[in-house]
Amino acid sequence: MCGIAGVFQFDGRGACPEQLWAMIAQVRHRGPDAAEVLVDDPVGLAHARLSILDPANGRQPMRTSDGAIAITFNGEIFNHVELRETLRACGHRFHTRSDTEVILHAYREYGEKCVDHLNGQWAFAIWDKPRQALFLSRDRLGIHPLFTTECKGKFHFASEVKSLFVVPEVRRELDPRGLSQLFTLWTSLPPTTVFRDIEELPPGHNLLVTRNERRCCRYWQLDFTPDRRGRAVSEWSEELLALLTDATRLRMRADVPVAAYVSGGLDSAVTAALARRVAGDRLRTFSVTFDDDEFDESRFQRVVVDHLGTAHQSLCCRTADIARVFPDVVWHAEKPMLRTAPAPLFLLAKLVRETGTKVVLTGEGADEVLGGYDLFKEAKVRRFVARQPDSLTRQALFAKLYPYLPGFQSQSPAMAHAFFRAAPEDLVDPLFSHLPRWNTTSQLRRFLEPGFDATREQDTPYGWVRDALPADFAQWHPFCQAQYLETAILLPGYILSSQGDRAALAHSVEGRFPFLDHRLVEFAATMPPRLKMKGLREKHLLKQVARDLVPLQTIARSKQPYRAPDAKCFFAADWSAASHDYVDELLSPRRVRAAGVFRPDAVEHLLRKIRAGRAAGVRDNMALVGILSTQILVDQFVENFASHQRRPAGPPAVALPDSQLLRPGEAVGLPSTHAPSPGPVSFPLEEYVCEDHCLPSITGTHHAPDCQ
Amino acid sequence: MHQIASDQHMKELATSLRQFVEENFLFGVPVPYSNDDSLLERSIIDSTGVLELITHLENAFHIMIDDEELVPENLDTINNMARFVARKQALACGGTTEAGGAAVEHTSFE
Repeated sequence: MCGIAGVFQFDGRGACPEQLWAMIAQVRHRGPDAAEVLVDDPVGLAHARLSILDPANGRQPMRTSDGAIAITFNGEIFNHVELRETLRACGHRFHTRSDTEVILHAYREYGEKCVDHLNGQWAFAIWDKPRQALFLSRDRLGIHPLFTTECKGKFHFASEVKSLFVVPEVRRELDPRGLSQLFTLWTSLPPTTVFRDIEELPPGHNLLVTRNERRCCRYWQLDFTPDRRGRAVSEWSEELLALLTDATRLRMRADVPVAAYVSGGLDSAVTAALARRVAGDRLRTFSVTFDDDEFDESRFQRVVVDHLGTAHQSLCCRTADIARVFPDVVWHAEKPMLRTAPAPLFLLAKLVRETGTKVVLTGEGADEVLGGYDLFKEAKVRRFVARQPDSLTRQALFAKLYPYLPGFQSQSPAMAHAFFRAAPEDLVDPLFSHLPRWNTTSQLRRFLEPGFDATREQDTPYGWVRDALPADFAQWHPFCQAQYLETAILLPGYILSSQGDRAALAHSVEGRFPFLDHRLVEFAATMPPRLKMKGLREKHLLKQVARDLVPLQTIARSKQPYRAPDAKCFFAADWSAASHDYVDELLSPRRVRAAGVFRPDAVEHLLRKIRAGRAAGVRDNMALVGILSTQILVDQFVENFASHQRRPAGPPAVALPDSQLLRPGEAVGLPSTHAPSPGPVSFPLEEYVCEDHCLPSITGTHHAPDCQ
Repeated sequence: MHQIASDQHMKELATSLRQFVEENFLFGVPVPYSNDDSLLERSIIDSTGVLELITHLENAFHIMIDDEELVPENLDTINNMARFVARKQALACGGTTEAGGAAVEHTSFE
């Protein structure tokens, strides 16, 4: 796991190394072990490295020994061992054990189709000098981020938006379309981001950039066409276990120890159990616990840990901790969030890193792929009730939803029915499963100033989602349709980013997700829905498979999704005042007006309600977290970016005279037969000095950046 | 003995309820809706918002709402709520001490 950045200049001038160093400096948290820059006239590639495979030889940017093809790569190719053998049989010669070199050779062998051969998680850019083409790719499910922008004859890319914002020509403004999407769907829809002019390469896509062409192509698509071979349940479960076992085995490949998260739920228990088989009793596990019983799962975590006998550590997250780190979490997530749930995982990653661990397996993806979410259950009940809307027996099923939400459980069945009732036209809507969630969330757009709500009567996020659905979506089973929406939108847009990649990489920790092995995802997509949710029993087949792996108690417990306290983190226990100055400051009418995104009066109304202790509802909590995180974002990225960005301290840019710049023909990262060159310049983490960069500017005057 | 609510009283109730909805759920943002619009269908209130509504009705109008009364016919539009509150008030004024007495203690649905 690493950070990447780069530029392709079309204006005839060479890429500017100082700017590349400044760009890569912004993502030094993703790769603190080394950083290097490669300049090849119109193209510059930069890399910040988190050394996991072949630490001695896997340096990047890397290029082929003839200098024709160069790569900067963030991620892991888990089948690099097998693929290397295949390529070797085709005549390729390797100089390292790194997966980066495997991509280079795979590209040379298969061209743009190389991605079809990769099992992994990635964002990379390959400079193909003979073609004068820059080839970018992002993994199938969007585990790793990749952003691009183009202006004034230059194309830039980077792992994180903050790297693009150090380019002076790039404007830093919020995008109304992205915000409208986020305040409906919980995330923006790639290529749109919440920043104007900044695009996100969608998951499963490649982008080819030449002087005359930008060609963005989907190379992979989730396909829920059912398997019609009539397989027995035992066949399904055997294959599921085989795939999961292999997916975990591949994800244990590293030259550093691989640990596992244990949430207390089924999915992480399964991955930890399978990892335990590979690592033995050396396996370390980590959990986050809460001082608030409503969210805490420590007793369930203990059951798993005792069963597996791992070396376990946990982090207790207090509500006060969430508010304390929230600005840092937003700085890393680079988008507003409607929940604080990324914050505890951000803190957990810090603990993980402090123990010297760089890689963790998690159970992420199981709920999407194998049918675990309550939303799927809710959609199933809504559809069932809609067939006989007057049946009181059917209506009573609503009480089985969300047993862990006290507010919901206080609901009368009749009012729950009124809320979830499906109109006849809703039943044929491809977005049926997500309408209650999205309708509820979309009301948050009322807080937006009219200029920041890009929706129009016939032009809404729903329409944008519908327009992007696969051609055969309508033929899929309704359960699969719901799975698709969740896997294509929320998984990459929030779960794997704000709550995943960004929270972990903030502390230089790489997440790996066995349930998101594409072979397993493709296999599960063809599985009959009844094996995913039997009646209202979620992840039915996984529970069958897990019986030999995890404690029965873990299988039998009722599902409790990972959640964290929201609005109450930011206020005193009696709600009368904000818990931190930055909350007061950024939500003040002055700052809200200055940012221009939200209606100051509406924000005041919300705050009055919160201070009166009356904001208990889901929507009020989402509104507060969404507005606050947006205000933080504006402060950090739009108004006061200069005081928040990191700068390379002294050496890289300063002590890198032209004569030392890498030139075409020089080997980078690969042993070379050429005469030794000055080589790329590496610099350690300590060379950057800019701490507490995320504290919002409270006085309205900018902090002087604490950089040297 | 039921007391028929006067038009004036109904109007006052509706105005007060609108004010609550606008303050509490719309945060002062002007959103056009009629007194007969379903607040749930219009997404003006969400599933947990119903609980806020009930708490408000009980506190502001000194009534007690029974579980079986938690139905859309009583709660889903401004006019339905106004009629429901008027009916409950009439019951209380009519001397049904059960409802009036309990309202004092039962101040929060949660």
